[in-house]
Amino acid sequence: MKFHRAEEIFLVIGVAILVLSMVITGYQGFAKQMGPPSGMETLDPEKVDEHELFSEPGVYEVGENKYQVVMTLQAFQFTPSNIEIPVGAEVEFIMTSKDVIHGFQVAGTNLNAMVMPGYIQKIKQTFDESGEYLVLCNEYCGIGHQIMSTTITVK
Amino acid sequence: MALAEKKLGDKVNKALGVNPQDAKLTKTYLSLAFIVLLIGGTLGLLQGLNRAGLFTLPSWFDYYQTLTAHGILMILVFTTLFMIGYFYASISHVLGGLIPITRKLGWIAFGSAVFGTVLVAITIIAGNASVMFTFYPPMQASPWFYIGLVFLVVGIWLAAIGVFLNAWDWKKKHKGEHLPLLSYFAVGAFLLLFSASILVAIEVLTLIPWAFGWTETVNVMVSRTLFWGFGHTLVNVWYFTAVSAWYVAVPKLIGGKGFSDSLTRLVVILLVILNIPGGFHHQIVDPAITEGWKFAHVFMSLSIAFPSLMTAFAMFAVFERVGRKNGGKGLLGWFKKLPWSDVRFLAPFIAMAAFIPGGAGGIAQTNHHLNQVVHNSLWVTGHFHFTLGLTVALTFFGIVYWLVPHLSGRVLTPKMNKLGVIQTILWTTGMIFMAGAMHWVGLLGSPRRTSYSTYGDNATALGWEPYLFFLAIGGTLLMIAVILMVYIVFHLMFKAPKGLTEFPVAETDGTKNTPKWTKNWGLVVALLIIILAMGYAMPLTEMIFNGPPGSPPIRTW
Repeated sequence: MKFHRAEEIFLVIGVAILVLSMVITGYQGFAKQMGPPSGMETLDPEKVDEHELFSEPGVYEVGENKYQVVMTLQAFQFTPSNIEIPVGAEVEFIMTSKDVIHGFQVAGTNLNAMVMPGYIQKIKQTFDESGEYLVLCNEYCGIGHQIMSTTITVK
Repeated sequence: MALAEKKLGDKVNKALGVNPQDAKLTKTYLSLAFIVLLIGGTLGLLQGLNRAGLFTLPSWFDYYQTLTAHGILMILVFTTLFMIGYFYASISHVLGGLIPITRKLGWIAFGSAVFGTVLVAITIIAGNASVMFTFYPPMQASPWFYIGLVFLVVGIWLAAIGVFLNAWDWKKKHKGEHLPLLSYFAVGAFLLLFSASILVAIEVLTLIPWAFGWTETVNVMVSRTLFWGFGHTLVNVWYFTAVSAWYVAVPKLIGGKGFSDSLTRLVVILLVILNIPGGFHHQIVDPAITEGWKFAHVFMSLSIAFPSLMTAFAMFAVFERVGRKNGGKGLLGWFKKLPWSDVRFLAPFIAMAAFIPGGAGGIAQTNHHLNQVVHNSLWVTGHFHFTLGLTVALTFFGIVYWLVPHLSGRVLTPKMNKLGVIQTILWTTGMIFMAGAMHWVGLLGSPRRTSYSTYGDNATALGWEPYLFFLAIGGTLLMIAVILMVYIVFHLMFKAPKGLTEFPVAETDGTKNTPKWTKNWGLVVALLIIILAMGYAMPLTEMIFNGPPGSPPIRTW
């Protein structure tokens, strides 16, 4: 088994690019806190309404221009819906599903998370630009999947 | 006289390696594969038109039924049938005919896969399985849908066992020799498919009692994780199948030699052992998996790119040598001297070229927060239409032009070759339009697996419509290309002029430099199990023992 010299050079460059992409990903993920949503807390998917957090879904101000959106997803709606927040607000979305697997995506941002029954999923975003953002479910969840949407208005 | 002719026929068959019984088996697999492609393609077109808002599907066969059927037929049935047909013909050719037990297993596998597909199709048509080819619980389909999948998987296992038995039999008769390269690919690809389908079998066997109501709940995350261990590997098995033709057939067709026997075998081994944990990159924005594990899996997924880099080098090395032999001068002059008008080269070449953007898109998606930008958007659909629709399917089409006439004792005429070139161009253009539009609109946020929707005339969603229109144009071109392809397959099988077509197997530098350990499949299996355990043991343990209470079945359609 012998590699051609040119092939060695080609493979070393190729692997170097892969490693570089990993280093950047690791740096951004761990040092800059840009990692993907990875909620590890669990709850009983059949008792979401009795849960201390999700018994009252809504938008809560938790600090200076800091908000928490406690949200439940179910076929085919987001609760709460038509959310309004001020410009520059740092918002943490805390979500779970009451039935099947849903996706939480806000077009035009990097907000994108799977929301599973039984798990509490968390994701953060600072809204620096005013406007109306489209929130949609991006995991097929049933016959009305294409109407499962709402908006976030930043003003 | 008749007897003499028959004898001559036998001799020719022997020299060219066509065993009529084996040819019949493969022709049956390929015929059904292309009928499935026609049905799956039609469903694909309907979806594309619906998605662009140009056509409304009836309520008795809605968008999600169409999508589920299209996904299963294309990603599971067409590909499985083609793979088995192609590799059985390959083994028959390079190992001197199928052994009787393998041929029998080939037929039983066919029966099992067809029966399974019919069960699955019935449940989808009846509206009881609109769950997509990923069938994530707690969305629950009819139990017969899962039972159909079991029969499909059993078909895969039987076909795989047939390949293993045949290779084993050959090894016993050829002590100390290396398995011919093409059969080495067959064993590797089926070993990977076999191993990965154990994961989905475990998943489906927990879903069946749950769907019948015998168990109350199911662990949603475990199911999903097992599915992707299988689902991602599955698409890589199809790529693996395509790669075997690049290494073995393409160099011969263009008058060249294979690159290197030992390095090719190394590519096979790496594809087998590195693939399965790659499935985790489908779960980068899932809960229940720590960021640390997700990052570890970025590494595991990226490692699959390594054998592909080796393949890229090997292919272009072969092409350059052929181009220079044909009189190509200078740094890139050889490129013009390749047989561009020969569809048997053109189709797989475009397939390889498509893997450059396809593979690069894959690497981008694997890195975790880049994944977060495009996860579940139409970008992903665009990505796998590039990798599967162009790289894999176009290679399969390229194989048809020599495999089918080889089996049917016919030839590819210049006229059919020309039609093939037109087919290739139409298919490629259609895919570029469709998958290109999908990539772009996906970056803007348009979700996958969603029927036509303006989300209440939302301005953002309305801005996606022009791109979706391009998607529909691409889909239409693809449909024309599918019809042409199906015509070509059956023409080559039943109508083309009689004659002899060779099964192209390229010469390589031989096995004298090939290390002995490449023959050790036990070692390959051990490495596969170690890497599988490294990737899955901890996250699955976490999901099982620290997971939430399970979910009951839910039907949302």
